[in-house]
Amino acid sequence: MSSPSAHSAGLHLTLRVWRQPSAAAEGKLVEYKLDHVSPDSSFLEMMDLLNEQLIAKGEPPVEFDHDCREGICGMCSMTINGIPHGPERGTTTCQLHMRHFKDGETITIEPWRAKPFPVVRDLVVDRSSFDRITQAGGFISVRTGSAPDANEIAISKQVADYAMDAAACIGCGACVAACPNGSAMLYVAAKVSHLNALPQGQPEKDRRALSMVRVMDAAGFGNCSNYAECSAVCPKEISLDHIAHLNRDYLVASVKNFFSKVE
Amino acid sequence: MKLDAKIPAGPLAEKWDRYKAGAKLVNPANRRKYHVIVVGSGLAGSSAAATLAELGYRVSCFCYQDSPRRAHSIAAQGGINAAKNYQNDGDSVHRLFYDTIKGGDFRSREANVHRLAQVSVNIIDQCVAQGVPFAREYGGLLDNRSFGGAQVSRTFYARGQTGQQLLLGAYSSLSRQIGLGQVTMYNRHEMLDLVLVPGADGVPQAKGIIARNLVTGAIESYSGDAVLLCTGGYGNVFYLSTNAQGCNVSAIWRAFKRGAGLANPCYTQIHPTCIPVHGEQQSKLTLMSESLRNHGRVWVPKAKDVAAKLRSRQIKAADVADADRDYYLERKYPSFGNLAPRDISSRAAKEACDDGRGVASSGQGVYLDFTDAIKRLGADKIKELYGNLFDMYERITGENAYRAPMMIYPAVHYTMGGLWVDYNLMSNVPGLFVLGEANFSDHGANRLGASALMQGLADGYFVIPYTLGDYLAKTGFGAPSTAHDAFKAAQAAVTARVQKFLSNPGKESARSFHHRLGKIMWEYCGMARSAAGLQKALQLIPELRAEFWANVRVPGEGGALNAELERAGRVADFLEFGELLCRDALDRDESCGGHFRVEHQDAEGEAVRDDEHFSNVSVWEHQGDHQPPVKHTEPLIYEEVHLAKRSYK
Repeated sequence: MSSPSAHSAGLHLTLRVWRQPSAAAEGKLVEYKLDHVSPDSSFLEMMDLLNEQLIAKGEPPVEFDHDCREGICGMCSMTINGIPHGPERGTTTCQLHMRHFKDGETITIEPWRAKPFPVVRDLVVDRSSFDRITQAGGFISVRTGSAPDANEIAISKQVADYAMDAAACIGCGACVAACPNGSAMLYVAAKVSHLNALPQGQPEKDRRALSMVRVMDAAGFGNCSNYAECSAVCPKEISLDHIAHLNRDYLVASVKNFFSKVE
Repeated sequence: MKLDAKIPAGPLAEKWDRYKAGAKLVNPANRRKYHVIVVGSGLAGSSAAATLAELGYRVSCFCYQDSPRRAHSIAAQGGINAAKNYQNDGDSVHRLFYDTIKGGDFRSREANVHRLAQVSVNIIDQCVAQGVPFAREYGGLLDNRSFGGAQVSRTFYARGQTGQQLLLGAYSSLSRQIGLGQVTMYNRHEMLDLVLVPGADGVPQAKGIIARNLVTGAIESYSGDAVLLCTGGYGNVFYLSTNAQGCNVSAIWRAFKRGAGLANPCYTQIHPTCIPVHGEQQSKLTLMSESLRNHGRVWVPKAKDVAAKLRSRQIKAADVADADRDYYLERKYPSFGNLAPRDISSRAAKEACDDGRGVASSGQGVYLDFTDAIKRLGADKIKELYGNLFDMYERITGENAYRAPMMIYPAVHYTMGGLWVDYNLMSNVPGLFVLGEANFSDHGANRLGASALMQGLADGYFVIPYTLGDYLAKTGFGAPSTAHDAFKAAQAAVTARVQKFLSNPGKESARSFHHRLGKIMWEYCGMARSAAGLQKALQLIPELRAEFWANVRVPGEGGALNAELERAGRVADFLEFGELLCRDALDRDESCGGHFRVEHQDAEGEAVRDDEHFSNVSVWEHQGDHQPPVKHTEPLIYEEVHLAKRSYK
């Protein structure tokens, strides 16, 4: 860790921030100068500092989504210099630290850009389409109290680890923001893959794949053309293999559905 | 205020079964006539909303985040306890019960804790059935690890993301019910008041809430047959904590101001293993899971001059010979070693740093060293166990903990106090139920690791379906109209407060006031508290509050997304609540668990309880904005457990 004295002057930055007063209003990039940013602070702490400066001047602060600030809630969502969550691989905006930026640098900060994620204000977007996809099938139907003993079903470590890799998705939407088509395939695949890999998820395997994809399409997300940008920006580094898994399960379910309705 | 804990009769181990056998039920066809309001969508809120909806009640669930999946339970890392005894290492419901009571320094209610230990086993079954990918052994069965304050391995985990996986499990069940139309979900809504309407007997009952739609700014009324607050803890009163930025005390504080008793606010948990503070621009602290203490050894140098050289980076940790290191937890608590409970480990770290042996540049930090474990097991094994935590540490500090020890320091993490509830999880206000961290009931003066997840899910999945059903069956259905005067008055008061913020001709930001409050709280009401310090805080906080109302600046408008307006409301409540917390800390003239009064310690610096005077719950009752609150007490009667000095030596 750097000692505080070494950075008392801190970084001097030029920020170009997307400002949009409401969903209906026009937005534009507005430039701000910001001084004395500690290299040990996080990107969002840098944004806090900017907002304190704006409040002191009587200007409206920049609205942005954030909550846990430890990389797990999935709420923070900034496109930094054109990359969702910024330049560090496997890192959410809140976990990106200012030591990765240079003194005097200009940083451009925009919201997620995707049709199914309309801007609410400034950098805040509406991701409720993700919730609707989950509501369509991202679950195992199990009534509280009806579960068998947890060790009744043995699940190989390999399968459990695979499911966990997929389940690590934080639902931030960076995959959609990075995709030239605005596709939500990685998000949907992560959930389908997690649940369909497990023995508990088998009874609803086909319905799940069909329902989630149907709602995804209806929400206006684009098709997957294997650009792989989604996995590259994913802060949890969810693998593209899960998209292959979803495609496989979706195909099988579609064929079954053709002969006898499963959804 | 009448405090009746309503503990069922009979032997401790039979109370819950007897309760369930005697509880009144609502006929399935009638359940849809009841409307239940659930505030919060963390483990307690999501599990309660999903389960009640499955039963057939109509549920409305509110969260301030953009999705219920983002509630702060998601950040819990290490695990969830359950008395499964899958390890055959001597665990049992009774042992989990006893460990929790002892861990809480004999300041929790026996009957509630025993029920928690009983239903813990059902939670694991439920979560596995939902598809929660817990860690498994090669044979396919569930794996366990150890956590602080226990000598058995009863903690189930999903890498270092157990809270995330459990919350996503509850969120999936909740989502299913939303999809079925059984739950109406209100994202980006914040509860700003509780509405009470007198029942047939004239006694005010919780019948609704006032919430602000954070996107449109609309102040809205919602009416129901009962209100469940699942709104988490108040750790952010310290400004810097491991809580999410939005975590706040407002829901329970609003309920307190409407007559609900607030219990033991001074019981706050300072977690020993967090990343040290980097400077004034810091907005939050990050926990490094307690599970790391399974393999990491905590130490500082024995000599102050060695510590000084480490601080100024003249030497590195590896340069300090083993004989010159003080593995102080292993030295002081040989039988629990590095897995001593949180309060004890935190105070030991503070002691070492106060003694001038801290190793971070600020002086406030100790080592958590994995060198021995890496030598013994290999870096790959450590990576498999804690890889994501080591990565997180590196992202935040820029340091690689495989090569040099982590530096850690205690930080505010969890709050054991909360709204007072009886055995039914109902507050003294009829119809107002409080679940999870927001209530006070299970952890006494200190919570053991991996028990918060257990409690949140126990309350939501397995307790509230019975206790709420019993209440609703007895009261009958009939949510009042939101045109009722009580709603109109509450809505007008909330609207006026919003206007007051927006029109205040101030200069200083709400964040700045919050930061200043946090400094007072940490200085005078943190890891070590004294009567003189607390009196000082009780003088400083009202002064700061007056300054806040005179000089806070809230930019923007009320009819749109406005994070500063949200922040101002939360800080205003913290500025009132912080005073109550200090008042309670001053009143509780003993040391117990996370509440350490310097006047009450033995020769070795261990906490000294005063069971004669304080074996009770302090419950505070609001008396109006300009009157001090009144304290009531609920005696804690121990039938099963023998009160003992808590020793981990």
